[in-house]
Amino acid sequence: MSEAAPGEDRYVGDGDIGDGDIGGAGRPSVAVPGEEWRRLDRRMLLATAAVLCGVAGGAGLPATVGLAGSRPLWQVLSWVLAGALLLVLGGTAADYVRWRRTRYRIGPERVELHTGLLLVKRRSLARERIRSVDLTANPLQRLLGLVKVRIGTGESTGGSESTLELDLVTRAEGELLRHDLLARAATDAGVPDEGALATVDPRWIRYAPVSFVAPALGGAAAGAVMQVSEWFGAQAEVIDWIGERFRDVSLVWMLVDLALIATVVGAVGALGLWVEMWWNYRLEREPGGTLRVRRGLLTARSVSIEERRLRGIEVVEPLGVRLAGAARVDAVATGLAKDDGDKHADLKTLLPAVPRELADRVAAQVLGEPEPPTGAPLAAHPRAARTRRLRWALWSVAAPVALLAGLGLLLTPVLLYVAAGCAVVLTPLAVLLALDAYRSLGHGVSGAYLVTRSGTVRRTTVALQRSGVIGWTVKQSYFQRRAGVLTLTATTAAGDGAYDILDAGESQGLTFAAEAVPDLLAPFVEPVRTPEARSTEG
Amino acid sequence: MDERAVAWWRSQLLVTTAVPVVVLAVLGALIGPARFWLLLAAGAIAALGLGCAAFFPAWWFRVHRWEVTDEAVYVRTGALWQEWRIAPMSRIQTVDTVRGPLEQLFRLGTVTVTTASSKGALRIAGLDHELAAELGERLTALTQATPGDAT
Repeated sequence: MSEAAPGEDRYVGDGDIGDGDIGGAGRPSVAVPGEEWRRLDRRMLLATAAVLCGVAGGAGLPATVGLAGSRPLWQVLSWVLAGALLLVLGGTAADYVRWRRTRYRIGPERVELHTGLLLVKRRSLARERIRSVDLTANPLQRLLGLVKVRIGTGESTGGSESTLELDLVTRAEGELLRHDLLARAATDAGVPDEGALATVDPRWIRYAPVSFVAPALGGAAAGAVMQVSEWFGAQAEVIDWIGERFRDVSLVWMLVDLALIATVVGAVGALGLWVEMWWNYRLEREPGGTLRVRRGLLTARSVSIEERRLRGIEVVEPLGVRLAGAARVDAVATGLAKDDGDKHADLKTLLPAVPRELADRVAAQVLGEPEPPTGAPLAAHPRAARTRRLRWALWSVAAPVALLAGLGLLLTPVLLYVAAGCAVVLTPLAVLLALDAYRSLGHGVSGAYLVTRSGTVRRTTVALQRSGVIGWTVKQSYFQRRAGVLTLTATTAAGDGAYDILDAGESQGLTFAAEAVPDLLAPFVEPVRTPEARSTEG
Repeated sequence: MDERAVAWWRSQLLVTTAVPVVVLAVLGALIGPARFWLLLAAGAIAALGLGCAAFFPAWWFRVHRWEVTDEAVYVRTGALWQEWRIAPMSRIQTVDTVRGPLEQLFRLGTVTVTTASSKGALRIAGLDHELAAELGERLTALTQATPGDAT
């Protein structure tokens, strides 16, 4: 039993790991953080072996087919099988060494992790600095009852250095770790409402096909068909086959049809992706003052955000989703573990696209406010901002049209018609977008929050804690100076690090900044004006 | 801002233009067929660099301003794109004083003040090196005296 190995420097015996299989509930070692070293779960070897078997199969099958033509089958089979066996056994053996050499300890003060065979890495985190404990498990790991645990501090620098990864432990162990490491702040009184803030509603799936994911997936699918057919040297045949299907219709209709097919494929893909990402979704507030997002159909994810680290909330409305009257909610928090690359956006998402009122309500609940700050009425920006947007829109249409027209004059009159068509179609579109962009602009103060909104294709409304603003940057380009507007940037430790109030009026913006965060800009409102006056006279 | 900053910026611009000009000139001297075009490009870059070096540093010197009070650090930069940056003492996390090789030549220093935000760093460039060191020390002392965890 586990009590048999209490020694400071000794590994926990194998019997202890056997205990974990039963569920780990009877293990006193986590509940009473002892000084003993623990190991990862042994079944991680099974997971590794299974993955390697898959890889070996995936690589071995084409190799067998490819080689079978030139050599006798038994010879090919024995080679491929030997290679596969070598890969699986070698990989598993390497993983066994990793398992032998990896141990971790949850002490009263610190969490320690030792890894490595030749280069031994000893890392430790102070428990009070732990800000997040995230669990993920892919389908295979779920089948084996294992999870990957990432213990993160609030550091935004250094990437992996500030994160300890336990790859893999049992699910019960992961849950206990999560609970223990985040539960220390349970003394916080006055938590508004505990329990579930939002659970998945299957009707939300209707917003999946209108997001930008759908066309992207459609395009990716079309690209994949072309790429794969090129690998097999059959690209021309595929194109011919498509041409054959559409022999009776004109080229334009064929393109329209193909675009439609790609869109439908993309929409189906988006639906599938939504189900995989958001199934079993649940946002809840836990007693320790943490918000927890759990979701995922195949790969189960659990993300915890400490509320003390929450500096605000961001309501994001991509164009398609906004037209459908929906919005997504992201957290603006310091030290959110940044996953490598593309998964980063997932971690801060608190709520998928849902009806706008619900998004506002959940945002208010998350922040513990009676009224949603993101729904507050905002001050409009001066008309100069609208003029600027209209001017940008017209320039962005005029530039390609002028280029096309110029080429048309030089080369062929066909391009002149294309230019005219572009001008007719794009101008109203650009003007509409510009007007919408101006309508979206706004800023205001709602209770303890500073609210700013901007964007048209991706409209975002940010509610930032006024006490979380750690500095201001005022920017003014030459054109902005002439139009009498400026861009105000509130810098903060959380989220993107800086949030803009675009094209606010000069005095409007500065007064707002001084009001929103009184002790920051106020002493400088005079100095801000003086050097400007000096520079204009000199 | 020290007046030597103008000379520093000027030499910085000259060095950055000198590198491509020298490369192009050497290539032009070696490669016969393309000599004209290479030398033309080198000449154009040299003219552009000299023009910038003559014109911009003085302008920058006129528009750069900084101020440190007991509560905050304030920096103003930029000619076409003006920028004001403010960071209060209580939010400052690190104060770095850097002196590059060219800066050492002109006895100048740069003070960089970073806050917890990834985008809120303030740079006060072209200070007299003694002033820069002194400012760094003063800021450090002020920051230490101000309570709070700066996030």
